[in-house]
Amino acid sequence: MAINWYKYASPASFYSLAGKMIPFFAVVAFGLLVVGLYIGFFVAPTDFQQGEAYRIIFIHVPAAWMSMFLYVVMAFWAGIGLAFNTRLSSMMATAIAPTGALFTFLALWTGSLWGKPMWGTWWVWDARLTSELILLFLYIGFMSLQAAIDDSRRADKAGAIIALVGVINIPIIYFSVQWWNTLHQGASVSVTQAPTMASTMLTGMMVMVFASWMYSIAVILKRVRVIILERESHTAWVAELRQKGVL
Amino acid sequence: MNWSSWSEFFSMGGYGVYVWGSYFVTFACVIGEVLLVSRRKRTLIKRDGLTHKSNKETYSVRDEELNN
Repeated sequence: MAINWYKYASPASFYSLAGKMIPFFAVVAFGLLVVGLYIGFFVAPTDFQQGEAYRIIFIHVPAAWMSMFLYVVMAFWAGIGLAFNTRLSSMMATAIAPTGALFTFLALWTGSLWGKPMWGTWWVWDARLTSELILLFLYIGFMSLQAAIDDSRRADKAGAIIALVGVINIPIIYFSVQWWNTLHQGASVSVTQAPTMASTMLTGMMVMVFASWMYSIAVILKRVRVIILERESHTAWVAELRQKGVL
Repeated sequence: MNWSSWSEFFSMGGYGVYVWGSYFVTFACVIGEVLLVSRRKRTLIKRDGLTHKSNKETYSVRDEELNN
């Protein structure tokens, strides 16, 4: 039985599919959040150097990773939408941007609150911090550019250009701690060598990372459904759903 | 168990302001985002008149309402 995946490329069928998936991701996100916070605060030990302040890591790292990952996913969907003229792909990119911008802001905010006690400053024009700030401007640029263009198809195309151009910033952020002599520490967790972190701290952090993944999927699907409704409100299937009161 | 009392937990080794400042803003943003998306959907449904019985005539009439 071959699954016809292309069926879900149509906004109408994707709308109902996403609707069924959101509760699952939301529940898993909440469950992982509770477990992650419990490990982070009650299992992970005090850090010999930073004391308790390091517990900010349980939201700073997930937010930072998500800010970079979501940008790449956004650029991917924007590129697909641009290349294949598939409206749903562009809607997905539009749906991702606010969540990505939020995580970027949270990475900067939690990092700054961590930097004050540990570095003695809220902000420094360090390569890692500056490139993350540029990432925030890219997200805001994407959103405002799309908002400035009335015709959604043209807004998608314009947004795709800025999203694709901005992707170069992601490796810059990731490698900034190696390329430049940054105040920000290097990667404690990388794919090439074993993590240089205590296991319970790492576990707590990874659980929070997966919680942020599940949360992002849930909230982005929720937003893309609204975007679909906004753009397809003139169609028959939306009128039918509305008639049945199951929007 | 790292904490012997709630007050010790909230003081977070003296870094309470920074840790709770981070966590509070993070949860406020997350909850805020979810509420904003829900509100966006509600205003959309209200604007498109979910409450009316939607049939062909009402459906086309609504287009006129929307356009002027």
